[in-house]
Amino acid sequence: MLRKGIFKKPKNELEGNRKLKQKPIIPDEMCVACPSCKKMLLTSDLAEHFNVCFYCEYHFRMNARQRIDYIADKDTFIEVDSDMTSYNIIDFPNYDKKLKAAKLESAENEAVVCGFCKIGGYNTALFVMEPYFMMGSMGTVVGEKLTRLFEAATEKGLPVVGFTVSGGARIQEGILSLMQMAKVSGAVKKHSDGGNLYLTVLTDPTTGGVTASYAMLGDIIVAEPNALIGFAGPRVIEQTIHQKLPQGFQRAEFLLEKGFVDDIVHRKTQKKYITTVLKLHSKGGEQHECI
Amino acid sequence: MNAFERVQIARSTNRPTATDFINTLFTDFLEMHGDRRYADDKAVIAGIASLEDMPVTVIGLEKGKNTKEKIARNFGAAHPEGYRKALRQMKLAEKFNRPIVCIVDTSGAFCGIGAEERGQGQAIAENLYEIMALKVPIVSILIGEGGSGGALALAVADEVWMLENAVYSVISPEGCASILWKDTSKTKEAAECLKLTAEHLMEFGVIEAIIPESKGFEAMCQSIKAELVNTFNKKKGEDIALLLEKRYRKFRKIGERTQ
Repeated sequence: MLRKGIFKKPKNELEGNRKLKQKPIIPDEMCVACPSCKKMLLTSDLAEHFNVCFYCEYHFRMNARQRIDYIADKDTFIEVDSDMTSYNIIDFPNYDKKLKAAKLESAENEAVVCGFCKIGGYNTALFVMEPYFMMGSMGTVVGEKLTRLFEAATEKGLPVVGFTVSGGARIQEGILSLMQMAKVSGAVKKHSDGGNLYLTVLTDPTTGGVTASYAMLGDIIVAEPNALIGFAGPRVIEQTIHQKLPQGFQRAEFLLEKGFVDDIVHRKTQKKYITTVLKLHSKGGEQHECI
Repeated sequence: MNAFERVQIARSTNRPTATDFINTLFTDFLEMHGDRRYADDKAVIAGIASLEDMPVTVIGLEKGKNTKEKIARNFGAAHPEGYRKALRQMKLAEKFNRPIVCIVDTSGAFCGIGAEERGQGQAIAENLYEIMALKVPIVSILIGEGGSGGALALAVADEVWMLENAVYSVISPEGCASILWKDTSKTKEAAECLKLTAEHLMEFGVIEAIIPESKGFEAMCQSIKAELVNTFNKKKGEDIALLLEKRYRKFRKIGERTQ
């Protein structure tokens, strides 16, 4: 016989309240919710899984050093121009403060990391943009570092592999940022005319002046799944045309369909993909050559 | 005059447009339409003409004069096919060894669904890349608004000249105020901070000459014409490799660090 009231809620404190008043505390750095599927992921697992969600394959934003760790062969990356830093070149209000904050947030001196390394045994020049430094915006230092990298790669006859992530040209450096688009494009052209390979990997988001210059100039252009890639940002377009944008607009898959990227490459296969591309373009002898 | 007043003058609808310059500077102008890939973008006027007795290729960004024409020309905001049309004509200029004159006046490359679908970023990038190594002399003249990448796509040149009331900027003052300060009422301050006037650009080494407007349109065009003839005559005699190296250096030196 069932006893009456067995599942009844306790009426007062003395009857005992089994409901937990506090949720279990999980330290912030231990786990993270996937922005796409909202499932909780352990950060330690995530790092081992190329910063990709186990459940929905969402590619988390990654800083430049993490990418270099994934892509470059162990202990081969030699950074160049690491100490080049921006200053308030056109005296723009609050730019000094923003630069300072960006350095703290990203632990980098600028929005791109450049250097030389081996990938799958092949020597290459490598640049990786840094999303945590003013959203990878391109000012004069980014332009100068990239130009130097392309010039050096041209001289050494090396391919360039580049990962882009950027909100576009850096407003705080005014027209001088805009000019970097032409400057870097010119250096890419020289590199190309020398018969050298340039491969770009477009990551979320790649927009504005970076899309309208070196991001779109690769001999081979691939994108990470679902990365936002475009010239104008979606908000600007919506404001201009007063229309809601269709689902998937400006995503990597959309660009593939429209014919603007060669392929979409999942983060976990990127190293293999890049190695194969380098192998197919190798001029012979690069593998053991000293940089 | 403050920077925002300059912006307003540069945008003024009674300012001469690219068509006025083309009609006054050149004779025998034959317009060439279409990019051979998708469509004819009316925001870009391209063709061949005589500069005195020198054949030249002319490219202009045209905003349009009256409402009807402005709509047809999309207010001078080009789509990718406009930039591809320009590049096609520039390649022909290279083939036939004609100098190129670009006349730039645009609020920027168009932001819209079609523009993105057809690769606005790719089209601009390709222009920067190809024009940098185009084997003929190029002069770009900014006559009104020089709106970011949409202007730069026709302003990679051996010399960039600017009318004294023209402006050239990485972003519009409105865009700057809204993105950085989330406050469009700060447009005037933004115009000031962006340093977008001809004087500033001259100081930065972005442009080679400022063209005074006070003499009136006809007189101004006469001096531009004389300067164009002079410049092309000088550059035509130059070694191509040297011309290209100088063009590369012109952009290379902006923001250059010596370490």
